[in-house]
Amino acid sequence: MTGSMEAGMIDSSPEELSRYARLKTQFRIGLPPVLVFFVFLGLWYVVTYFVLSADRRWLLPPPHQVVAEGFFVGSTVTEILNGLWQSTKVALMGLGLAFLFGFSMALAMSQAKWIERSLYPWAVASQTVPILALVPMIGFWFGFGVLARVIVCFIISLFPIIINSLTGLLSADRELHSLFTLHNASRWRRATRLQIPAALPHIFTGLRTAAGLSVIGAIVGDFFFGRGEPGLGLLLDKYASRLQSEELFTTVFVACLLGIAVFWGFGYLGRRTVGDWDPYWAEEGLT
Amino acid sequence: MAANPLITFTDVSVRFGHITAINAFTHSVDSGEFVSLVGPSGCGKSTVLRLASGLIQPTTGDIERSTDNVGYVFQDPTLMPWRTVRKNGELLGELEDIDPGERRQRADEVLELVGLSDFANHYPLQLSGGMKMRASLARSLLLEPDLFLFDEPFGALDQISRARLNDELIALYADRRFGSIFVTHSVDEAVYLATRVLVMCSRPGKIVAEFSVPFDYPRDPSIRYSPEFTKIAGSVAEALEEAS
Repeated sequence: MTGSMEAGMIDSSPEELSRYARLKTQFRIGLPPVLVFFVFLGLWYVVTYFVLSADRRWLLPPPHQVVAEGFFVGSTVTEILNGLWQSTKVALMGLGLAFLFGFSMALAMSQAKWIERSLYPWAVASQTVPILALVPMIGFWFGFGVLARVIVCFIISLFPIIINSLTGLLSADRELHSLFTLHNASRWRRATRLQIPAALPHIFTGLRTAAGLSVIGAIVGDFFFGRGEPGLGLLLDKYASRLQSEELFTTVFVACLLGIAVFWGFGYLGRRTVGDWDPYWAEEGLT
Repeated sequence: MAANPLITFTDVSVRFGHITAINAFTHSVDSGEFVSLVGPSGCGKSTVLRLASGLIQPTTGDIERSTDNVGYVFQDPTLMPWRTVRKNGELLGELEDIDPGERRQRADEVLELVGLSDFANHYPLQLSGGMKMRASLARSLLLEPDLFLFDEPFGALDQISRARLNDELIALYADRRFGSIFVTHSVDEAVYLATRVLVMCSRPGKIVAEFSVPFDYPRDPSIRYSPEFTKIAGSVAEALEEAS
C-alpha cells in the first residue's frame, strides 16, 4: 500500500482511525473472493455426495479427504514439497535466462530501428511456435533432465519480456529525448537515465506475466522429460496413472498456489520498485 | 537596450516533404528581449522554437545564435515520473556534468524560486498541473539560460494557475532578463508577458505583424485592464484574425 494515497485521503485523522479505515478497505476487498471460495467448496461437496455415486466417488473425493491424505500424510507431503521445489527452481531459472536474454534483445531493438525491424518478427514468431511441437526436439538436443525443462520455461516466458521491455524502452517522452539531444547526451546516458527507468513499470508487468507462464512451462516440461528429480508435473502424471486422486488434487492445488505466489511475488516487487511514482503500480497496491 | 542579437533568422524556410512549414522567416531577438509569438494552430510556431534550439535544421536560410545556453520549456511539463521534484530539477546539471553537490544546491535554489521547496521530495504523480509546470520551469532555470524557449507552457492550466504563473514568470524575467521566445495561443498572455509580440500566419508560416509593448517590468496584473493594454491586445487580435 502506498503512502501517497493514504496521505491524500486521511491525513489529519488519528492513527487509530486510519488503521480502522485500512482494515475496513482490506475487508471489503478481501471478502468477496473468500465468499466465492466457500461457494466453490459447497459445490464441490454437492458434486461429490449428490452427483457421484459411491463407487465413482474417487473421481472427486471430498475436500476434507483431500486435505487429510494430501497434506497430512508425511511421505506425500515430502514428495510434493520436493516436487514444488524442483518446479520452482526450474521456473525461476528459465525466467531468469529469459529476462537476461529478452531484456538485452529489447535494449538492442530500442537503440536502432534496423535492429528492431530485423528482430521483431522473430520475437513474434517465437510466440506462435507451439511449445509442445518443440518438446521432442528439445529432449533430443538437451537431454531429458533439468536443462531441457529450463529451456521450455525460457522459450515460453521470453515473448512477454521482450515485448513489454521494448514497449517500455520506447515509451520515454519525446520531449525528454529532445532535452537529452540538446545536451549532447551519449547513447549510454540516454539508455540508463531515460529509457531504462521509463521502461521499469512495463518490465515488471512483463516479468509478472512471464513468471506465470514459466510456472506452466516447468510443469508441462516435467510431463515430457522424465529424467532427474520429479517436479510437480511428473507427480501429477504419476498420481493420475495410479488413480491416487487425493494426492493428485493436492498436487494440482500446490501447482495453483505456486502460480499465485509467483504472480503475487513479482507484483510485490513491482509495487516496491515503481509503486511510488507509476500510476498503474500505485493502484496495484490494493490487490 | 543596445541591439545585441541573441539569435537571428535570415530567410529561413523549412520543408517537411512537400509541405512548406516555414518560409522566408527573417527575424532577430536581442538579448534580454521577451518576444511572444502568436498565430493560428499549425502555423509553425513550434517549428520556430525547434529551429532556435537547434533540434532541427532549416532547409534553406541561416540561423545565427550567439549563445549555446538555451532553455526549453515544453507544452507538457515532461518531468521524469521516476524522479522526485529535486532530482528532476537536477537533470540538466547532470547532463552537463556539474558535480552532485553543486547541482543539488542549484536545484534547491531554483525550486525555492518557483515556490516548490516544500515539494522537493515529492514525485510528479503527487503534484497538480500547475506545480508540475513550475517544476518544469525550475528544471530549465538550473543552467541560467541566456535564451529561453517557451512552447505554450501554460496552455493546459486553469485560468487561475495560468495567471499566477504569468506573474511569476514576469518576476523571474524582471530579475534575470533572459532573452525569450514565448509561443502562445492567448493574445492576453502574449501582450502581458512580452516586450514585443509577433503574429504569424500559416502555410507557409511567416511573420505578418509586429507590436511593441511599452509597459515596464515587473508588471502589475492590473495593467491588463488599462486602456493602453486593451488597445494593443485589440490590434494583436485583429492581426491574428487576418492571419487565420
